[in-house]
Amino acid sequence: MIIESTLKAEQAIRRDVVPAGDYYMKVVKAGETLRILDIEGNQAADTLFYNANDPSERYSAMDTIREQGNVYLTAGTKLLSNDGNVMLEITADTCGRHDTLGGACATESNTVRYAIEKKCMHACRDSWLLAVAENPQYGLSKRDITHNINFFMNVPVDADGGLSFADGISGAGKYVEMKAAMDVIVLLSNCPQLNNPCNAYNPTPVEMIVWN
Amino acid sequence: MTNLNTSIIYEETIPGASHWSMVVPAGHTLTLTDPEGGSNVSMLFYNPNNLLERYNAPDTLKCQHTFKLTKGHCLYSDMGRIFCSVIVDDTQWIDSVGGVANKQKVETKWGARNYQADRNAWLQNGYDSLLVEVAKYGLGKRDLAANINIFSKVKTNDEGSLSFVEGHSKAGDQVQLRFEMDTLVVLTTCPHPMNPATEYPNLPTELSLTKSAPINDDDECLTSCDENGRGFENNRRYQCNHSHHHTSPTLSGAQ
Repeated sequence: MIIESTLKAEQAIRRDVVPAGDYYMKVVKAGETLRILDIEGNQAADTLFYNANDPSERYSAMDTIREQGNVYLTAGTKLLSNDGNVMLEITADTCGRHDTLGGACATESNTVRYAIEKKCMHACRDSWLLAVAENPQYGLSKRDITHNINFFMNVPVDADGGLSFADGISGAGKYVEMKAAMDVIVLLSNCPQLNNPCNAYNPTPVEMIVWN
Repeated sequence: MTNLNTSIIYEETIPGASHWSMVVPAGHTLTLTDPEGGSNVSMLFYNPNNLLERYNAPDTLKCQHTFKLTKGHCLYSDMGRIFCSVIVDDTQWIDSVGGVANKQKVETKWGARNYQADRNAWLQNGYDSLLVEVAKYGLGKRDLAANINIFSKVKTNDEGSLSFVEGHSKAGDQVQLRFEMDTLVVLTTCPHPMNPATEYPNLPTELSLTKSAPINDDDECLTSCDENGRGFENNRRYQCNHSHHHTSPTLSGAQ
């Protein structure tokens, strides 16, 4: 569902450009709104959320899609935790559909998906592991690296149980916005994938914009 | 083929609303049978030698371009290796996304959990059931990944809307998982969170463990896609096997 935002970038309290292959790990407080901006288009923003006051509570893809009765995320979607609580709600979306089934790339899964000899290419899960290592104040480790959202990715599922990675429906300047219902740690890997046509083999920056 | 009837190492019945776990060594096959129809078995997998290596639903689905899991599919760890291959699935669809119900959900749908009144027929929920079982290995809430639900089907329509298919598993239906590496299997027989039954479905599941038959070059799981060939190759390297049961897999391929 396409819903445009009324928020003005110049009134934001924080703006960070995240180049492809880097991570973003910051707290967004309850009541604040986070926009993820696909600056150049068809980028994948692999994102995890944790309750900043108890990170064992985290985004749950299964609970989110089951309780809303739909596999795609868009405006109106409540992002639920493993405890069934609303963590954030998507309030604006100019892309229309986001994936939460496809997960994040890893060096190991790249060997399976693409080729054994691709194993040493940079991947999202390495970015997350670096993020948790460089930010020990959150107390996270590999066991917390779970099943994420791929903002801007288009992964259609069909009635026969097939799943495909379709051409992106995002484009330059498209964004998704969500309002936090609790203090959340936002852990994003701006996907460095060079083997997938979904980003035209050209990973590009995203911007993280926060309003209070 | 091995005569499975003469090579059963053990067999047992897991009642409904219950949890269990076991380490299944590589080269063994776990057969699950739904004796009455309508069972649900929520299952998670870990590497017993490195519990940080665990079943990864997105990796499993995307590398085989599938939303459902069934015969011919492999179940992958987050380390690019295959825990097990699905070699029999009479139901033709294992749910990959429904997750488990928590205490609040079971209470809303079927009533409160009350051991004092109900004893072992209590209205246990899948989330707490798995939580208790993984705790036996030092694991907890942070380690509960997305699970599979054997004997259950959740499908989508073209708009992505999810629906639970009632009456999916019939009495006598079987699923066989052939383990390709040593695996800690954690399971619960609590009902599927989307099951619309008006009464709490308390249904047992039968398990049996056998030696696997040798894997041939034309094995359905090995050959169903190039990705699985590479997954088996990763297992071969992990297990330091010089000779393997199959011809060299395609080491690279189109995405």
